[in-house]
Amino acid sequence: MTSAMEIYQLLPKTNCKECNESTCMAFAVALLSGSRQYTECPPLIKDDKYHNSRIKLEEILKPIRGAEETGLIVHEELCSGCGNCVVACPVNVANDPHGSGRGFGPTNDKVIFRVIDGKVKAANIEECRRFGKNRIMCNACIDPCPTEAIEFV
Amino acid sequence: MSDITTWICTGCALLCEDIQVYAANGRVEKVEHACMMGKSRVTGCKHIAKPMVDHTEVTIDKAISKAAHILKNADNPVLYGWGNSTSQAQIAGIELARVLNAVIDSTSSFCQGITINEILQGQMPSCTLEDVREKADVILYWGADPMSSHPRHLSKYSYFPRGDMRQHGYEEDRKAIAIDVRQSRTARICKDMFYRIPPGSDLEFMKALLDALDGKVPKLSFDLDIKRLLELATLLKQCEFGVIFAGLGLVYSIKEDIQILSGLISKLNELSNFSLIPMVGHFNMRGFNHNLFNETGYIHRVKFTDKGPVSGIEFSIIEQLKGNADAILIIGSDPLASLPGALSKRIEDIPLILIDPCENLTTKAADVTIPCKASGIEEGGTAYRMDGEIIELSPFVQSKGMSDEMIIQRIIKEIN
Repeated sequence: MTSAMEIYQLLPKTNCKECNESTCMAFAVALLSGSRQYTECPPLIKDDKYHNSRIKLEEILKPIRGAEETGLIVHEELCSGCGNCVVACPVNVANDPHGSGRGFGPTNDKVIFRVIDGKVKAANIEECRRFGKNRIMCNACIDPCPTEAIEFV
Repeated sequence: MSDITTWICTGCALLCEDIQVYAANGRVEKVEHACMMGKSRVTGCKHIAKPMVDHTEVTIDKAISKAAHILKNADNPVLYGWGNSTSQAQIAGIELARVLNAVIDSTSSFCQGITINEILQGQMPSCTLEDVREKADVILYWGADPMSSHPRHLSKYSYFPRGDMRQHGYEEDRKAIAIDVRQSRTARICKDMFYRIPPGSDLEFMKALLDALDGKVPKLSFDLDIKRLLELATLLKQCEFGVIFAGLGLVYSIKEDIQILSGLISKLNELSNFSLIPMVGHFNMRGFNHNLFNETGYIHRVKFTDKGPVSGIEFSIIEQLKGNADAILIIGSDPLASLPGALSKRIEDIPLILIDPCENLTTKAADVTIPCKASGIEEGGTAYRMDGEIIELSPFVQSKGMSDEMIIQRIIKEIN
């Protein structure tokens, strides 16, 4: 999983404030949360010496752009469609106890995870326990994934 | 508008029955609930096999006649494969072997044959996958990595689902244990209940575990904390419904020496309640063993003679290829891609007949190729799931070809 420190190491680290953030670390955190784009750092864009950093940032920030509001990312290229997350997710179990909860494919549309064409897809993300005011750091989908195909950023 | 069909997946021996296939005009548009293996199976062959004789395309009738001619004129024909065939095709294949006085063997010969034999002989208790889902509290994956070989194994049956007697599922009600030579994907899920052992040391580990179950101090020649082994023994003793999933790692390690494994299961059943399910790969590999057992009393490595069927290690596919096999019919298998090079070379050297829906490495070497319908997709029938349950397949594609059963029946007719 990409960390703010990893992003920070690729920034100019001069704390020039041209991006209107107080420090480069604050800018790195904003990049990680998806609220800012790395192109909003003027020195990084203008100076050729940051060419390699730009390429690396593009690469590591790419999955974050695809993240859901809860920060959920499914790396489809890693997913084997085993359905462990489908059966382990507490929201899937609560909303579909006789389908997902018992190991079968989901039987309704209220679930978060379902496997389509051999890859897990996420929907109803607002139901996720990481979402909203009373969110908790639920790991029930990440923990049983044998290929580390699911992560939260 | 797509037609939605509930399909029994024939991607592996789990035979998942909840797959939703969306198809329009015979073309699959979407597959729900199937893993990557199932999805790949349902979308069919990359290249469809064509009827060929000596690498020239012919009519299917000519290919069948040529196959019958080769088999009839061979002194020691071998019929091999069968894991991806329906039970009906397997029974027809056994009849063909009887007509030819041929050797018939399957991939189970160097796979789960010994465990299935113990179960069929009533020497080893087994249970169904539904029993595992509803009741199992201790699940031991020994030399098996279902997360790679049977992706939905843990989610559908063995670990994650909430069963009737395991309402809290994996979080509280179930313990998963892995014994393996490497930290496999399954072992990663088992976390601190993963026991890494050196390759080939399964029998030693089993003996040490038997000692621990007997209350003796176990000894191991390799580096593994004895306290952890004692913890494992305690967990196995205290379980209510335990199941061992025996993988190829275990089978290859114990070789033909099944007695210690049987002894371990007996001991566990004195102390608690344990069953064994073999981790069968191909969707109906177990079916071949059951069907041959019903017909002959043997599960594999059978030679039909004028005095009746006989079985022995000398009739295994490997010994036959090393020895005097002079023609081979392969059905639903790609041995050139899976057997060691020397044996593959031997297959290439003798007249080779292949019955398969798809082009593969073996079709490239085949003297006769006969394309058949894909079992479970274009053709129905029954199959045995990995736990021995009989499942009715649910084909959903209409096609004009011949099923493997029909092809074998035609070969028998031509021989007679």
